[in-house]
Amino acid sequence: MGLLDQEFTEGNIVIAKTEDLFNWARLSSLWQVGFGLACCAIEMMATSASHYDFDRFGVIPRPSPRQSDVIIISGTVTFKMAIRIKRLYEQMPDPKYVISMGSCSNCGGPYWEHGYHVLKGVDRVIPVDVYVPGCPPRPEALLEGLLKLQEKIRHESIVKKSA
Amino acid sequence: MKTAEEIFNKLKEKFGSSIIELKTDKPLEPFILVNRLEVDKICLFLRDERDLLFDSLMNLSGVDDANGEKIKDETGLETINGGTLSVYYHLESTNLRHKLTLKTSTEREKPEVVTVTEIWKGANWHEREAYDMYGVVFLNHPDLRRILMPYDWEFGYPLRKDYKNPEFYQGMKVPY
Repeated sequence: MGLLDQEFTEGNIVIAKTEDLFNWARLSSLWQVGFGLACCAIEMMATSASHYDFDRFGVIPRPSPRQSDVIIISGTVTFKMAIRIKRLYEQMPDPKYVISMGSCSNCGGPYWEHGYHVLKGVDRVIPVDVYVPGCPPRPEALLEGLLKLQEKIRHESIVKKSA
Repeated sequence: MKTAEEIFNKLKEKFGSSIIELKTDKPLEPFILVNRLEVDKICLFLRDERDLLFDSLMNLSGVDDANGEKIKDETGLETINGGTLSVYYHLESTNLRHKLTLKTSTEREKPEVVTVTEIWKGANWHEREAYDMYGVVFLNHPDLRRILMPYDWEFGYPLRKDYKNPEFYQGMKVPY
């Protein structure tokens, strides 16, 4: 279901469903919370930099949760930070998305057994849309995660409630 | 430049029984065991004496010696009664290019060591960390709060050998 369902050759008119149009607009400018936690954040910054260029997907870091669409949990989530992450998430306006980046934020990673200070997966405090595996994931992996999230948004419905 | 033996003899002469012993039998650098309540005076001397000049506290760390009586309850959980906690001080003189390790021990049930923050300002956070992880109380410390764990962490000191993690912290499940 592409945006260009039909095109009139000489009228500059495009016909599309509003749902598709809205979804396309939203998935094409996902602003992420300017926020990083650990070594994954270094990869995330590399993804934002010119070589991998997150901006070509419309992803720019936004230094305010109130104007962001997606939060990338890039690193180890300690209990101390989990409380702050939850607050950041709650400050974001709907619709909002979460990418869990790396083993630590997916499931605790290397801290799963003896990490007395680590939350074993950020999905214990906020709902996660896409899990990106890796320790840390390479920029390509994070880009793949973002594409997965875009696909998810593309198939969302404004009227039908999604899980 | 002075060896550990020379420094030990110098300290022994000045502080007498506060300097307990010089250990050289361990497969690591020699260290001097000192009285936990005299650490500040000894360190001030080490810093200011002309042929010692230990101007840098490279590291300060706590250690759980786990040398007390180990009690296992029926569920297999081990607690340690008695014994000691230790604090190690790694000193360096950037001028005279010699190094020294100090050690002090304190009872596990009431661990108290006197602070060295007045001598090296950098000791402040190191001591807070030792307090955070082992519960060693540094007497006269200007700001002895937890530094890494949450301020409201009430489940003990995580690097002690008999530490047990709680099931929940602020509604978040802790075990995997």
